Amino acid sequence: MPNDKLNHWLPWGSKGRMWHARPLKDRYDVVIIGGGVHGLAAAYYLARDHGVTDVAVLDRGYIGSGGSGRNTAIVRSNYRTPEGVPFYDESVRLYEGLSEELGYNVMFSQRGHLTLAHSDRSIKGLRERAETNQILSVNSRLIWPDEIKKLVPALDVSDRPRYPIMAALWHPPGGIIRHDAVVWGYARGADRRSVAIHPQTTVTGIRTEGDKVVGVETDRGFIKTGVVHNATAGWCSTIAKMVGLELPVVTHPLQACVTEALKPFLDVVVVSGTLHVYVSQSDRGELVMGQEIDPYASYSQKSTLGFLEGLSQHILELMPGLVHVRVLRQWTGLCDMTPDYSPIMGFTPVEGFIVSVGWGTYGFKAGPASGKRIAELIATNRTPDLIAPFALKRFYTGELVGEKAAAAVAH
Amino acid sequence: MFLINCPNCGPRNVSEFRFGGEQHPRPELDTVTREEWQHYLYARRNEQGVQTEWWYHRQGCRQWFLAERDTKTSEVLGTYWHE
Repeated sequence: MPNDKLNHWLPWGSKGRMWHARPLKDRYDVVIIGGGVHGLAAAYYLARDHGVTDVAVLDRGYIGSGGSGRNTAIVRSNYRTPEGVPFYDESVRLYEGLSEELGYNVMFSQRGHLTLAHSDRSIKGLRERAETNQILSVNSRLIWPDEIKKLVPALDVSDRPRYPIMAALWHPPGGIIRHDAVVWGYARGADRRSVAIHPQTTVTGIRTEGDKVVGVETDRGFIKTGVVHNATAGWCSTIAKMVGLELPVVTHPLQACVTEALKPFLDVVVVSGTLHVYVSQSDRGELVMGQEIDPYASYSQKSTLGFLEGLSQHILELMPGLVHVRVLRQWTGLCDMTPDYSPIMGFTPVEGFIVSVGWGTYGFKAGPASGKRIAELIATNRTPDLIAPFALKRFYTGELVGEKAAAAVAH
Repeated sequence: MFLINCPNCGPRNVSEFRFGGEQHPRPELDTVTREEWQHYLYARRNEQGVQTEWWYHRQGCRQWFLAERDTKTSEVLGTYWHE
């Protein structure tokens, strides 16, 4: 049909609906808890790559209602460790082809990612990341104030600020993406391959026999299954405790805000680790800004004035010209922080209980790679090499993957 | 933002304090296995609800103390010295 090509690019697609409400069966081969980018990507790749289609994705809210809809949509792979860089790079590559893959425009804008250094020590840290990135074929290099000023004229590169800008890590493949579209695109792709998506379904318990998962208790009844994948953020400890596991995770709120729309002036993502801020300009002209995690554990998603004050102060130090710009709204998401700032992916001591949790502030950018590799793990019952370093057991063997230095926030 | 009642200084803004994480018992050093020790170092209950946690009044009396706090609402139910 001639309309098919056009419909293909429209949000409702050629079949009328993005995904269907299916009846909740009483058994599935795989049950995925968490309808965000991680859970839906895992379901999508299970169906696409491995022919596993008897899959249910459960979420207590609507899909994409957690971290996937609350992050600041930054995608990058300029990490620090030789374990982290190839993993996040696979995610960037998957994102690059995602619009075509899903037949749905996720608006990935690889506008470049700039991490500022304000001290000798942070220049050393960025140089180490640049060298590691280059060895692993990730495009990133150290640049100096004259080049920074050319990239972002709005930045104050003089020596007037309290923490003058001394250098930056320039990472051209980094950028921003429309995060809701990623969630919806994966949901549609999974739905078309017969995956069942069940929003408004709360998991209340996980039934085990011996050390083996046999099913999931929900507020809509019991579901028999041999494989449960915990792909949640903010709830990962609570769900892991349902099978008696205590994870090395502490949940902290992370806040963000958006300003009124301005004329386009900022076409790269600007990050400062010292000032704990990151800012990018959306296609609508709004500035999307975030800061570090709140300095105490909490499941509260209330916004605070302290965040807004601290953020504004630091953003104005970078770009004094924004002084009269008004903030439209602010919001809060939950970040599951691990001791080494790397995620926990893979098998656990409970047979059939798989995790992709503890993403801290790195979750959204890792969604496609995590989904793809967890799908491979579930289908083959073997841990893929790429995610092997992120297993839960690293905390018991002392092989931590320290990514704190690659965080824009929370040092 | 919320207030914490420092056992020494009285109610102060949370920004004066440093969060020290949930309280969990330290295993006996004479009998602990490596796995138990690693578990003690890293694993957390990460409670959704009331937990006992450490706080340090860094901009006040510089004392560590314990607080009972609801992590869903940040309501502080009580504070007291350790032991």
